[in-house]
Amino acid sequence: MLIAGDISSVELTEACLRRIEATEPYLNAFISVSAERAMQQARSADHAWVEWRRGKLTQQPSRLNGIPLAIKDVLCVADITATAGSRMLEAFMPAYDATASARLRAAGAVFLGKTNTDEFAMGSSTENSCYGPTHNPWDQQRVPGGSSGGSAASVAAKSTFGALGTDTGGSVRQPASLCGVVGLKPSYGRISRFGLIAFGSSFDQVGTLTRTAEDAAILLQTLAGPDTFDATCVPTQPPNYLDSLSEPSDLSGLRIGIPNEHFVGGVDAEVEKQVRAAIKLLAKLGAEIMPIRLPRTEHALPAYYLIANAEASANLARYDGIRYGQRQHGKDLWETYVNTRKTGFGPEVKRRIMLGTYALTTGYYDDYYLRAQKVRTLVKQDFDTAFDQVDVIAGPTTPTTAFKLGAKTEDPLQMYLSDIFTLSANLAGIPGVSLPCGMDENRLPIGLQLLGPAFKEKRLLKVAHKFQLATDWHQQDPLVEN
Amino acid sequence: MTMNHQAVIGLEVHAELLTQSKMFCSCRVVDSTTANPNLYTCPVCSGMPGTLPVTNQRAVYLGAMVALALHCEVAAESIFARKNYFYPDLPKGYQISQYERPLATNGHITISTSAGKRKIRIRRVHLEEDTGKLIHRDKVSGAGSMSLVDLNRAGVPLLEIVSEPDIRSASEAVAYAKELQSILTYLKVNSGNMEKGVIRFEANVSVRKTRSEKLNTRTEIKNLNSFRSLRHSTQYEIDRQISILTAGKTVEQQTLGWDEAREVTVAQRSKEQAHDYRYFPEPDLPPVQIDPVWLQKIGDELPELPTEKLERFRSMGLNEYDAQVLVRQRSVAEFFEGAVDRGSKTDPPIQAKTISNWLTSQLFGMLHNARIEIEDMHITPAHLVDLLALLQSNSISANSAKQVMREMLETRATPQEIISEHELEQVNDVASITKAVEDVLRDHPEEVKSLLSGKDSLTNWLLGQVMRTLNGKANPQIVRSLLKKTLKREADTNNTR
Ligand SMILES: [Zn+2]
Repeated sequence: MLIAGDISSVELTEACLRRIEATEPYLNAFISVSAERAMQQARSADHAWVEWRRGKLTQQPSRLNGIPLAIKDVLCVADITATAGSRMLEAFMPAYDATASARLRAAGAVFLGKTNTDEFAMGSSTENSCYGPTHNPWDQQRVPGGSSGGSAASVAAKSTFGALGTDTGGSVRQPASLCGVVGLKPSYGRISRFGLIAFGSSFDQVGTLTRTAEDAAILLQTLAGPDTFDATCVPTQPPNYLDSLSEPSDLSGLRIGIPNEHFVGGVDAEVEKQVRAAIKLLAKLGAEIMPIRLPRTEHALPAYYLIANAEASANLARYDGIRYGQRQHGKDLWETYVNTRKTGFGPEVKRRIMLGTYALTTGYYDDYYLRAQKVRTLVKQDFDTAFDQVDVIAGPTTPTTAFKLGAKTEDPLQMYLSDIFTLSANLAGIPGVSLPCGMDENRLPIGLQLLGPAFKEKRLLKVAHKFQLATDWHQQDPLVEN
Repeated sequence: MTMNHQAVIGLEVHAELLTQSKMFCSCRVVDSTTANPNLYTCPVCSGMPGTLPVTNQRAVYLGAMVALALHCEVAAESIFARKNYFYPDLPKGYQISQYERPLATNGHITISTSAGKRKIRIRRVHLEEDTGKLIHRDKVSGAGSMSLVDLNRAGVPLLEIVSEPDIRSASEAVAYAKELQSILTYLKVNSGNMEKGVIRFEANVSVRKTRSEKLNTRTEIKNLNSFRSLRHSTQYEIDRQISILTAGKTVEQQTLGWDEAREVTVAQRSKEQAHDYRYFPEPDLPPVQIDPVWLQKIGDELPELPTEKLERFRSMGLNEYDAQVLVRQRSVAEFFEGAVDRGSKTDPPIQAKTISNWLTSQLFGMLHNARIEIEDMHITPAHLVDLLALLQSNSISANSAKQVMREMLETRATPQEIISEHELEQVNDVASITKAVEDVLRDHPEEVKSLLSGKDSLTNWLLGQVMRTLNGKANPQIVRSLLKKTLKREADTNNTR
């Protein structure tokens, strides 16, 4: 539409900004909205399209040129505050773009604002933000999931065409599931982490929240690729994620594995019913369905929390009040550190720093950190074995649909369990996508998770796209106006 | 040291690597003692949120080069770790350093002291990043004292070289440190400039009963940045520990600092207060992979090292002391070799030994007195050889040569120019010298007579008279031999009479 000039980026951006203005009072999906900058970007995007139509450009602008997007507030955008949902970074203004932001900027995308997140992406409900919780557009009494809850909610509420999130243990897929949108977590190393405010460095990955798998593919095409600023980003060029989407073929020849371990206790009957129905539909589309085993699933959760928190304890050491961020003076250096960190961090962040520090302490390192790394290797082997037999693994993204605000805030373990099916993909570094596959009796979205071997995003996106062509779950409206 | 105690010392040497950019970012490496504070920093080395380190391959290359020069085994795969602690000069709250799997292990170097030659084993060589610097200000405009952070040095590549506890005295510690400095400068990986803090030491010191294998508690002296403080602090610590042990008490395990002014070690941290650095593998960096072919190439291209050079210099006929003096500094060795090369091409050739003598017994003294570094002096190896050739061909006297050398230091003139300007050309013309000798003998018949009757000491007096007649420019050897010849003829004539 933008290519043809039927609608302008300015019109799209204005519509999004109006939508944000209307929904923010009860959603709180954004930490900051940069309306003026967005309009500037929209105008220059429109200008580029005009130039293109007049034949003044040798290269067609990107498909993303002029498309309004939202960015999770743990990703840096130059000259816009990056708070990571923390009081610690309340006024922190990076002078640099994250590589992901820079690539979207170069493609001409419009940045509407920065979305709400659990503090430093630590959480599964977006309730751990010092800027207040985000509400689920499908039921304002419920959480949107997290930590990319602001991004998921803003896409579900149609405040934006898509959003960037980050996924350390499920932080893109879980909120996507709870908000009824598509959440893609690419393989570790597929998208540069430069400018992503680190939580668990060996897990963190930039992901996308969109309404369709096709939109996810468009975003991934722009975001993926080598980056000299991230040594863990793979040096290989990404494939074309879009060409296979338009192929007329069905899913014949595709083997989909169903791990029994992803349907055990704690999974809602309604969730199981809808996910199994979705798998039946995939079979109808030509896929071969077979049972597989992921025996280490139950060990993945403790291993994940030990390693992620250990990494976090070091990653968050830089917030000491010396160079940037808030500082609370004390009578000496040590007291300044203590006061700064005591007031700057929320309770969940402190809890994780303490657990992570403990896991690395001499005398405990072997029993905790090292043992967790061994489990991590075993979890990877589980997936290697599984992918010898199947091309894709399918199951529920989360055990339940969106839960009530405050329901799990007093019980961190219950909260952690909502990531039980997502976090093993982060341990193994493999890609995963969550897509809407049904509703429960309360009209709350249910997510289907597809996992693939490392760097097989293209395969996942094709399956997700075929599923969406055959269903209309992604076209449901949350009716947020109530 | 008392007869029944022996010191056991291990040294950790931190050397900055001469790279263009920092260890994990593209900031320039500058002289942090002179550069304006915080000018050479970026989001990465100042620990900004979301930034990531990327390993400087040049630093890995230089590190591997040093490791090979120290006869180490270089690991095919080494791993960076995070060393966690809080301090304002440490922007990320952790230092990226190699820990469990260092770049290289199991090397050695040979040192020589008055006690002889000893092999000191090297436990490990690893890469890490430097910290920033704190600048303490007392009472700034009534606001009380404050500390300022300068991050220019933060992230500068460092190579840490850890010895086994093979060092037995303060002198050996200094000899080991100087040998390392020499190797590092030979490899051009470090300027060797101690005043700039580009090489720093930490010493682990303990003392045990001679011939006992049982180790006593050791202490660690931190932040030593001169050979002098290394020598004095280790000696102080050895003496202190011996007196504690002799008194029947035990040495406390602690970290010490060196008080330069009072020349004493001072306690910084006890064992109980020791840091737990909570090392774990750095998730932001892939392992350092070393390709054996690449490593082989570095080994093949390694320049000649001080010990090899020393051997070669001795084979040129130099004595041990001169060879060592010439080898110590790469610039000195290169000057000497340049001169030897040039000297071998003159006709007749100038011997290496001659060049060495003139350097060690003349030029270095002049440089020292004039406070000039060899790199900064005007004399080139070619000019030195030209001068020595003139001396060898008797065109000038040895005394004149020294005078010319002094002038060469002060001006850029060639030896020939200085000789002409000051008319220092030696008179070698036999006819004119013979005439002068005959004149002197004729003018001093009394002296000649007493000389011929056995007063030999008058020979030199007569020689002086001849030299004076010829304005001091005559070749003294020719004068001496002509004088002798003439006197002999004179004596023979007397006898026949
Ligand atoms: Zn830098």
